[in-house]
This record gives sequence, C-alpha cells and structure tokens, in this order.
Amino acid sequence: MDRNMDRSEVVIVGELEEGKIASITAELLTVGRTLADELNATLSTVFVGNQISPEVASEAISLGGDKVYIIDTPLFKDYLTDTYVAALESLDREVKPGILLLGHTTLGRDLAPSLAFRLKTGLTTDCVELSIDAETGCLRKTKPVYGGNAWATYVCDAGHPHMATLRAKVIPPLKRDASRKGEVVHFDPQLDEATARVKVIDRVREEMPGARLEGANIIVCGGRGIGSPEGFKQLEELARILNGAVGCTRIPSDNKWVPASYQIGLTGKVVSPSLYIGMALSGASQHLAGISGNTTIVAVNKDPEANIFSRAHYGVIDDYQKVLPALIEECRQLRSSGSPGGDDKLEE
Amino acid sequence: MNIVVCVKEIPDPEIPASAFRLDPESKRAILPGGRKLVISDYDERAVEAALKIKDSLDSKITVLSLGRESAQDIIRHCLAMGCDEGILLSDPLFDDSDSFATAFVLAEAIKRKGEFDLILCGRQEGEWDAGQVGSGIAELLGIPSVTTVVNIEIRGGRVVMERLLWDGHEIVEVPLPALATVSSEIGEPRYPTFRKVREASKKEIPVWTSQEITPAKPQNRLLSLFIPSHGEGKCEFIEETSPEGKATRLAMTLREAKLI
Ligand SMILES: Cc1cc2nc3c(=O)[nH]c(=O)nc-3n(C[C@H](O)[C@H](O)[C@H](O)COP(=O)(O)OP(=O)(O)OC[C@H]3O[C@@H](n4cnc5c(N)ncnc54)[C@H](O)[C@@H]3O)c2cc1C
Repeated sequence: MDRNMDRSEVVIVGELEEGKIASITAELLTVGRTLADELNATLSTVFVGNQISPEVASEAISLGGDKVYIIDTPLFKDYLTDTYVAALESLDREVKPGILLLGHTTLGRDLAPSLAFRLKTGLTTDCVELSIDAETGCLRKTKPVYGGNAWATYVCDAGHPHMATLRAKVIPPLKRDASRKGEVVHFDPQLDEATARVKVIDRVREEMPGARLEGANIIVCGGRGIGSPEGFKQLEELARILNGAVGCTRIPSDNKWVPASYQIGLTGKVVSPSLYIGMALSGASQHLAGISGNTTIVAVNKDPEANIFSRAHYGVIDDYQKVLPALIEECRQLRSSGSPGGDDKLEE
Repeated sequence: MNIVVCVKEIPDPEIPASAFRLDPESKRAILPGGRKLVISDYDERAVEAALKIKDSLDSKITVLSLGRESAQDIIRHCLAMGCDEGILLSDPLFDDSDSFATAFVLAEAIKRKGEFDLILCGRQEGEWDAGQVGSGIAELLGIPSVTTVVNIEIRGGRVVMERLLWDGHEIVEVPLPALATVSSEIGEPRYPTFRKVREASKKEIPVWTSQEITPAKPQNRLLSLFIPSHGEGKCEFIEETSPEGKATRLAMTLREAKLI
C-alpha cells in the first residue's frame, strides 16, 4: 500500500450494542482481515465510548483483528458527531491508516461523511464489495446506486485514508478464534466539552413488539396499500403467530402508521430473514435494497404488474384485506399443530 | 431567518428495474423516452422543512442547485412551493462532480451569497445514493450538522431538532448557523398553487458558473457502472378461485418448504 510505512494499517470503527461487539463490526473485521492480509497491513479496530468492557478488545481480536484502540472517556458516553469526528481525526493523525472502514449504520451514515470531509479524503458509502485494486493498490469500493438498479465501483485518487462504509449483512462474519493474540492501545484525544456544538436533550427508544427486525427469521412487511395503523395491527398478529417481526416500506413510516424504525430499505434497515412476506407494496428497488441474503420472498399484491413479483418466489395476486385474515387463521392452525419440522412442539 | 436549501435533479428513482438502462459511455442512467428529470425526493422534503419554518417565522428561503440548464425546472418548482429565490450553479466544469466536488461548489456558493442561518439538504439524493453532501457542506463551512432530521422547532432563538436513530429518535439543540439533512418523515411536500406556479415562471434565476465559483477536483473516480444480476426471477403464482383459497394454499406451500 502506497509503499509508505505510515499507511500500513487498516482501521475499522467498531460499534457496540448493549456493551457487546455489534454484528456489523464482526462483518467489517472479516472484510478488513482480507484487505489487511493482501496489503501486509495491521488490522485495527477503534472503539469510542465510555466504560467499554475489556472483553470488547479481546473479542475484536478473536474475530480477526491484530490491534485495538480504546478511546474511553465520559465525553464519549453518547454518540455525537462533533466529539466522535474530533476523536477519530486525532487518531488518524497519530496512526495514519491507509484504509478506514465504518458500518453503514445510524452511526456510520452520520459519522463517515463528516469525518471524510474533515480528513479531506474520498468516501464511498453503503458498499457491498471491497477489494484492493491490483494496479494501483487503492481500495476498490463497489456500491449500489440508482436505488440499487445499478452498482458502481470507485477508487479514491486523492487523499488518505481510503474510506468506505459497509452495508450490513452482506458479509458473513469470521468464526471466533480465541487463541488469536493482539495488542490493546488506550488513546486519549484530549478533547473538552466545548468540542460538542450540538447538545442532546433526549433520546427516545421505540418499543417494537415481537422479534427484533434485524435478527428476525420471518418478516411480515406492509406497504402503502395497508392503508392504516389498524392494518398493521393485523400484520403484527401474523408476525406474532410466526414468531417473526413486522417491517414496512417508507410510506407507512412517513404516514406515521408505524414507527420509522420499522422501515426496511436503502434508508431504513437491512434484514436477512429466511422468509419475507410483503403485503401491498410495489417492490421499489430502494425497498428491496434492504433485503439481503438467502431470503424466500412472498408477495401479496392486487396488481399483477407490480415489480415485487419479478423478485418474489411465491406470489398471490389479490387484495391483501381478503387474503390476510385467512392466512392468519391458517398459520394459527399450522403453528398449533407443530413447527416446520413437523414433530417438535411450538415454543409458545 | 435566512435559510438555504440545496436541491438536485435526478432521473425518477421509481423507475422499475425492468425499464432501467445504462449508457456505458457517459456512465449514467439513460432516461426512458419522454421522462423528465425530477427533484430528488428527500431534497423536496428539505424544501418542505424550510417552508414549515417560514409558515411561522419571518424567513427568506434561497434554493441552490448544481446541475445542467434543465435544473432551472426544479428550482422553479421550489419557488412555486413558496421559496423566495433560486440560483443555478451550472458549468461544464461542474459536470462530473463527486460528493466532494459538489459539496465544495455548494459551500462556495453559500459563502458567496453571504448571510445564512440554516442550511437544509435532503438526507440522500436518489442517483448515486451517497448521502454525503450535507455533512460535507457543514464541514467545509465549519458549522455543525445534524442528519436525518424529522422535525425542526424554533422557539425564542432556540433551535431544537428531532433526528432518527435506528431504534427511535433523539432531540438535539443546535446553535446557528447550522446544517440539517432532512428525512421523509418530516412530511409530504406541499403542492404549489396555480398562482405561485405562474409567479415562479416569471422569476429570474441567476446562473453562477466557474467564473463565479472555482470548481473542485473530485476525490473519487468512477471505474465502472453495471447492472447487477439478481438471479433468475421465477415467481410461482398461487392460483385458486377465492382469496381464502389462495391463503390456505400459500400457507401449505410455505409449510411444505419448511419456511413456517
Ligand atoms: C433515495 C431514496 C431512498 C429510499 N429509501 C427507501 C427505503 O429505505 N425503504 C422503502 O421502502 N422505500 C424507500 N424509498 C421509496 C421507494 O422508492 C418507494 O417509494 C417505496 O418503497 C414505495 O412503497 P410501497 O411499495 O409501499 O408503495 P407503492 O409503490 O405505492 O406500492 C403500493 C402497492 O400496493 C398495492 N396495493 C394497494 N392496495 C392493495 C391491497 N388492498 N391489496 C394488495 N395490494 C395492494 C399496489 O398495487 C401497489 O403495488 C426511497 C426512495 C428514494 C428516492
């Protein structure tokens, strides 16, 4: 890489979820490992926060990392653009990474662009493939564009580090290897309170009934045609019976029929259930961008021309209001007579 | 309050995948015949956010767009929605701008225009889907940014915004001048009235070129653009006479496939 000693690290911005390494960070470590091996570089992860458990560092190493930077003071208790950008700017000055990767998450979507402009370098967001360009040694960054209708590959010609955010759930994480050894470095960017120009007054978490969307094995998703919050109550009923979660397209969330955190897609969540049942939604590419992996797609739509049918495995052409009550009843009966394997009992 | 809104014209993002074509030469999407470019959806929401402020607080809203001549149309649309003035930033030298070069030209234009309190952008435009320009402008101007904003309230000089989180939302207090990127939950954009459309069609829209604003070199280079394969789309339709029959058959089929 660059034949420049300074640029001999691949750095990942790690994220924690309830104190533990988030799945996106494990996925980044997998990609980061491949890139670092190819470049003969060190793979580092930086965690910014407060009262970070020491297990986090060893876990990042077990998952493929060589080195961990911990930036841990009360100032970083909650995510704030200003303080996190400043902390990582300071780390960049110290470490001079060749490549800097983040997750395309709530945090990464906000942090990565500000940080890239601060560091005067080129960022590519929402990447689904990352590799090293054989000719130039640059990071090749491939991302969906035009809502997912096309993919584009970029390299950064000017500036360092080469930066990208990675879409969730496109890379399977590495197996843990607890025997891996690595180095842990505590880093203090020496910032004060005044760094934060924007102040958080309140953070509100929305309760989601049932399984968590990101981890759900079955997702029942509703679109514009559901028409009301009451319609979503019915979808919730189906999801409950199937031990699944409810998602939505952008329209129900814009209309406040359900909380915005239900939204699946380019500007919502990425999910990878084994079964996705889409009701009264057209299957816009920006929505389908949020379904990843080996998912069986079922579509119920009254319009036979709806785009969703070109991606669905099973299709029902009809009014969802007529299909859904019967489907709920049918699933209730099936579930009460056992789970898919046939012989074992239902969890409930 | 002086508000600047940045908007972009893009091919209609709702074009179905089956009608989507690429021009390998220009590395751009081909506009299906008869279709016009449209205002990027989240940018129109940013305009709506600005107008909501203007509804209750004496404000002047300036619309900026970096684009071709045709981007005049979307600027006029914003004027018809209720914005006060528009400036088009157009020059062949701006044409192949990436997120960096775009943010640079917009930031220079904002500086040249002079006074501003609040800059609003869409959270992400629907062509390259990068979602960087808003934060970029804020960095270049040295002002704070708040992204994915769904509500803005200004009370007695205090600016309070609500922004989306993955599992809820957060309320923040923002010192001005500041930049916010707007998400669609802010609400549907208003329709222009007939009278406003007529007025807007008569307004002069100044064009600033590389004479007024120095272009910037892009930082990312587009190597290739291609249509990905989603595998064979083969949908098995559940055929029955009644909707209830279809529901039953669907449930059975999914059970046989061990999916439910
Ligand atoms: C930059 C950008 C980012 C975006 N990000 C996202 C995103 O993250 N997630 C997302 O979902 N969208 C996103 N969108 C919006 C996206 O382009 C579509 O507008 C949206 O997904 C459409 O939602 P829908 O399918 O529910 O509505 P529509 O496209 O209006 O489809 C409704 C469908 O319901 C059917 N229908 C209506 N009534 C019934 C009934 N009673 N029974 C059966 N069928 C019925 C209709 O036939 C129609 O096909 C984004 C757009 C842009 C430009």
